[in-house]
Amino acid sequence: MAGATTILTKPVAGASVAIDVQRNRRSTEEHPAVKWGLIGLAVAFMLLFLIMPLVTVFFEAFRKGVGVYLAALSEPEALSAIKLTLLIAGIAVPVNLVFGVAASWAIAKFDFRGKALLITLIDLPFSVSPIVSGLIYVLVFGAQGWFGPWLQAHDMKVIFAVPGIVLATIFVTFPFIARELIPLMMAQGAEEEEAAIVLGASGWQTFWYVTLPNIKWGVLYGVILCNARAMGEFGAVSVVSGHIRGQTNTMPLHVEILYNEYQFAAAFAVASLLALLAFVTLGLKSFVEWKARAEHEILPLEAPRT
Amino acid sequence: MSIEVRNITKHFGDFVALDNVSLEFPTGELVALLGPSGCGKTTLLRIIAGMEIADAGEVHFHGEDATQRDVRERKVGFVFQHYALFRHMTVFDNIAFGLRMKPRAERPSKEAIKDKVMALLKLVQLDWLADRFPAQLSGGQRQRIALARALATEPKVLLLDEPFGALDAKVRKELRRWLRRLHDEIHVTSIFVTHDQEEALEVADRVVLMNHGRVEQLGTPAEVYDTPASPFVFGFLGHVNLFHGRAHDGWLHVGDVALEAPDQAGAANAPAVAYARPHEIELDRYSPGQQGIRVQLLRALAFGSVARLELEREDNSELIEVEIPTELYRKLALIEGESLVVRPKKMQVFLDPRAAAQAGAPTIAGST
Amino acid sequence: MSRRTRHNVLPGFNLAMGYTLFYLGLIVLIPLSAAFIKTFALTWAQFWGAVSTPRVVASYQLTFGASLIGAAINAFFGLIVAWVLVRYTFPGKRILDALVDLPFALPTAVAGIALTALWAENGWIGSLLKPLGIKVAFTPLGVVLALTFIGLPFVVRTVQPVLEDLESELEDAAASLGATRWQTFVHVILPTILPALLTGFALAFARAVGEYGSVVFIAGNLPMKTEITPLLIITKLEQYDYNGATALAVVMLLFSFVLLLLINVLQWWANRRAGRES
Repeated sequence: MAGATTILTKPVAGASVAIDVQRNRRSTEEHPAVKWGLIGLAVAFMLLFLIMPLVTVFFEAFRKGVGVYLAALSEPEALSAIKLTLLIAGIAVPVNLVFGVAASWAIAKFDFRGKALLITLIDLPFSVSPIVSGLIYVLVFGAQGWFGPWLQAHDMKVIFAVPGIVLATIFVTFPFIARELIPLMMAQGAEEEEAAIVLGASGWQTFWYVTLPNIKWGVLYGVILCNARAMGEFGAVSVVSGHIRGQTNTMPLHVEILYNEYQFAAAFAVASLLALLAFVTLGLKSFVEWKARAEHEILPLEAPRT
Repeated sequence: MSIEVRNITKHFGDFVALDNVSLEFPTGELVALLGPSGCGKTTLLRIIAGMEIADAGEVHFHGEDATQRDVRERKVGFVFQHYALFRHMTVFDNIAFGLRMKPRAERPSKEAIKDKVMALLKLVQLDWLADRFPAQLSGGQRQRIALARALATEPKVLLLDEPFGALDAKVRKELRRWLRRLHDEIHVTSIFVTHDQEEALEVADRVVLMNHGRVEQLGTPAEVYDTPASPFVFGFLGHVNLFHGRAHDGWLHVGDVALEAPDQAGAANAPAVAYARPHEIELDRYSPGQQGIRVQLLRALAFGSVARLELEREDNSELIEVEIPTELYRKLALIEGESLVVRPKKMQVFLDPRAAAQAGAPTIAGST
Repeated sequence: MSRRTRHNVLPGFNLAMGYTLFYLGLIVLIPLSAAFIKTFALTWAQFWGAVSTPRVVASYQLTFGASLIGAAINAFFGLIVAWVLVRYTFPGKRILDALVDLPFALPTAVAGIALTALWAENGWIGSLLKPLGIKVAFTPLGVVLALTFIGLPFVVRTVQPVLEDLESELEDAAASLGATRWQTFVHVILPTILPALLTGFALAFARAVGEYGSVVFIAGNLPMKTEITPLLIITKLEQYDYNGATALAVVMLLFSFVLLLLINVLQWWANRRAGRES
């Protein structure tokens, strides 16, 4: 037994060394000057590149007074741009939501060949320049495009009209919701759904009572990001819109027109609404992240499959 | 309800998960599907549940062909390895789920559901946890809630996939006893999958041993432990010593020692392996003329009621493990390094054409 | 065990998969193929002529050059921002953390006019630089600036999680073996986060190359000098030069696909480095 005792004392000594290291964390911390220098550098960089532009938007918007600001927002063309932007987001977000849920259900809950390729294809619109995104729809639906003559013969318009803007917006926001949900649902696995099915639930019941509550924050997260991009898209929409005032001008396009006409205060007034949208987006995003993390803590993922 | 599977075959690509498996599970019994990982036991369980579809073969419930029946129509209770509790629902809602999902006409009233859930919570002795979420429970509690949830729809069959696999050793032992008592109380035909031989032998009425997609042996715990049907079963159920040698005319020749092997009366100088459990070997201090295999005592773990001795054969340096009562060990007053002789009191001899090739392999096989 | 096709009891695969492929084809694949099919109708000489005029080549140089510089600036400052956000606590940290995503959330046109107003000769910052003889707005410098703005979140958000996962034990070990803080950073921390940093750099670069909205206002759009390739596509479209616009679009698409491939390889490497393959 004497031999055993000496063996036992060794780890104890080791543990006390470990505690010393814990207490004396200095060795793995930077000198305060370095620390605060880095913080200063980071803050300065963000101040210059993120905060200053944001402040500029509101400063320029109110430069000529609240009266000019409100007038710029209440003129008919601005109102119609706001309405069109809401309409487009109102169409693009729900269709991409349905797609995102369907795609993530198929990809995360089932095994099939070519899954990685499918995920890459879904992500594809992210790597396409907004201008190119608009252009491809011109090639399909424009006057010289594949369906152009047919559309003209039937007196329908897609390019330089609202349908084209909607399509281009759907394209650029295509991956947002799917790419949030796919990894989330993959991590959750399919055991809970299997359990629900064995307990007699139907497919829709399983989706509604088991899957959806588990992905609700992910869905909301994707919707928020998708909506922000849908409302703010500029390049793709610019190509297909035709900039017809009061008809095919979205808010970002309206900002551009006003700016190019040197109506700076009005341009920044409309821009300030979009900046507010960005604030709301960031706020909601942080809230959802916090909420999801909090629930994650109470409701951690079970051990993944063996 | 009795279950029967006939000629079940299942492939995953090139991998044969189940190879023509036929089994019967009588009504009211608790049966263990036991085998190493990859032996097909979980696949068989999922095929019985209807969660996996066999390439060929039939599943019969109570004499009726249920092969084509959808998982929902089979009305089995299934307990998942990682419990698969709905993490956003309370314990109460988890257990009530199966009842609430029934079509309106069959669905019990709210009060009836509540009574049923509370009764089940009492049955699994966790009625004070109704309002908790799964993440707030310990592993053992989650396991019991998963069981209660599976029982809520009053299944005629209960299927459990590695029910204790994710628990620590102490909780596992407790839950084992608890499951056995619960089964004696409710008497639902139950099948559970495990890779832990101790668990299977302790809990089940009958044990099905599987390996490489085939059934190796089927029997009561005593039957499979005492008379293993194959070298695999011998090796899988507890420790075992292997003696490589040649079977001839009812004798097994190991080194220069001859051991009686009446089962191999017909063998003629055939390579064979004798299997003997550590406690089925007797030993003596060596003295010239002593019959038996000469060994050297390397190390003795003499505490508790059983002394475990590590012995090294003097002819080929293979290790032999022997268990004798500690009392006897003390009485013999053996010293580490001493020369001894060992003789299997009871052994099983299997002819093995590959035995010659394995002569150099370590002789202690088995798992704990 | 039965790992390969586990989930065949769940319903809805055909419906979900069918809809996914249908929608993907309709919205993404068919329109994208239009660009390639249209380009295939051109002769090689026509195509080459469209994508290699001096004005186009100048636009490539500006677009790729400014994107590279912007991504490099972001790699440097993004690493510092990520480090500060992960390692230190200081007042206002949570707001700063949320603000990192601003370039994702702020419409590019808004960013474009705001940056222009700020850095123009009469702007807050531009007026400070003017006496020094530095012009930012309506010069290539302005393009770099805008592309730095829109690329910032990519580096921070790819490096941040890797830094968070970094075991402090590694640094303890390095310190106990006598390494200075700087040596630990260079030899222990940097190699671990390098794949993520490169991924972030590549993502920022890819985004910058295609960027339009935030650049056009500050660039000045002078042919041969401050004209980016996406703008050139629009110009060609407005002149009804569909062939030229499409040829340029195909060049950009091919470049995006190559970058996408590279990013996938980098991400695979990053995951392996982080030991997440198991």
